[in-house]
Amino acid sequence: MLTDAMRDRIESSDFPPLTRQQLLDSLGDKEFSEEQFEEILEAVQNEFEETRIEPLEAVGVIAAQSIGEPGTQMTMRTFHYAGVAEINVTLGLPRLIEIMDARKEPSTPTMTIYLSSEFNEDRDRARMVSWQIEAAPLHEFGDITTDMENMQVLVAVNQAVLAKRKISMEMIVETAQKKIRDRRHYRDFEVEADPENHVIIFTPKDQEKYQNLFQLAEHVRNVIVQGIDDIERVVVRKESGEYILYTEGSNLKDVFEVPGVDTVRTRTNNISEIAQVLGIEAARNAIMAEALATLGEQGIKVDVRHIMLVADMMCMDGEVKQIGRHGIAGEKESVLSRAAFEVTVNHLLDAAVANEIDELNGVTENVIVGQPIQLGTGDVKLVAKSRT
Amino acid sequence: MSIKLNVLDHVMVPDHQVMSADEVQALLERYSITFEQLPKIYHDDAAVKQIGGKVGDVIRVIRQSQTAGIAEAYRLVIRRPKK
Repeated sequence: MLTDAMRDRIESSDFPPLTRQQLLDSLGDKEFSEEQFEEILEAVQNEFEETRIEPLEAVGVIAAQSIGEPGTQMTMRTFHYAGVAEINVTLGLPRLIEIMDARKEPSTPTMTIYLSSEFNEDRDRARMVSWQIEAAPLHEFGDITTDMENMQVLVAVNQAVLAKRKISMEMIVETAQKKIRDRRHYRDFEVEADPENHVIIFTPKDQEKYQNLFQLAEHVRNVIVQGIDDIERVVVRKESGEYILYTEGSNLKDVFEVPGVDTVRTRTNNISEIAQVLGIEAARNAIMAEALATLGEQGIKVDVRHIMLVADMMCMDGEVKQIGRHGIAGEKESVLSRAAFEVTVNHLLDAAVANEIDELNGVTENVIVGQPIQLGTGDVKLVAKSRT
Repeated sequence: MSIKLNVLDHVMVPDHQVMSADEVQALLERYSITFEQLPKIYHDDAAVKQIGGKVGDVIRVIRQSQTAGIAEAYRLVIRRPKK
């Protein structure tokens, strides 16, 4: 049986918390003697040392190979409807490249929005939140006609839509006006609301040219009057007993401000947005989660430690850096090492102009000059003691 | 926004703590490294702002790790370089 003394020994051991917990769990209800306990501890100790990386092991190369080889098996071009809610998401190799390149925006940004408990049990309540998120252009609120005779654009607002989307006529007039001016940079027009007939009238200032009228009509048709501009589509889905919103397009900051959104679980696949809103540590987690999900979706198993190394390197300096010439590889100290990677001539030329000195501390530069590298046995040096 | 968003509540954000000078000293000695060799975090990082970290502080990050269960990482707060 597991005595308190044994429990204390496990708790105070040098094993990582997960190993300690697993050890406690698996010993919990088993019968064993004092000697057997010692044997178990020793076996676990040995096993633990086996799994540790030895000093001077080239973990980067191993990680590169371990991600690279399965990567060759991935589908080259997959634009996949990822099962969930007919939302198009880039997967496979293109997505993996996107993550490693630390793109400012993924080619298919998407969010998974969880709702707070008052909204996630009922489809209609969930829909109410989605109205506040999905970008709705003015033409969805009624018919838009261009009156060429009086030089006006008329919007006949549909009252049923207003009631359904819980928005008032005044709010539409106000946001439409503001957004056309600020976001679409079109200022030469006037707005007039006619609440009795449920009509909004837009008039261009320049009454001479039809071109202005048509331009205005185009702006009026497409101006976003409700929701968040970047989020083009929202799909409500029920998953494990609660309603979740999936979106096309992403804007974490603005979505967090919508009432009813669960700011604890809501996430996006746009890593640079996560870094901005939630910080670098969250970005590290996001890189790992996204990379693992992309690989996992293709049925490829890569040990998390390789991904952890990549994510750690990318987030080392406080911001997300890409793996490559503009990020990690481009900021190496050694000239030769940088030149060995990409755009060789440019690096050598710049280094010559700047009178750079290569200290030959790294691996690549020592391979180039033909010296032993500081990896594995290469770093072990013989120190002779003089006899006297 | 009425209530300020607490980023530390988010599932993807691990716990951040400002370390005391003694703890930092012990840390540097344990790994025999210098201050500058620590990984960095910017002073305007959302999590740093939340806990009130200053430039020059060392932040202890308590991560949920898939291999070790719980793992600690350390980051030095630096000023975000101007572009």
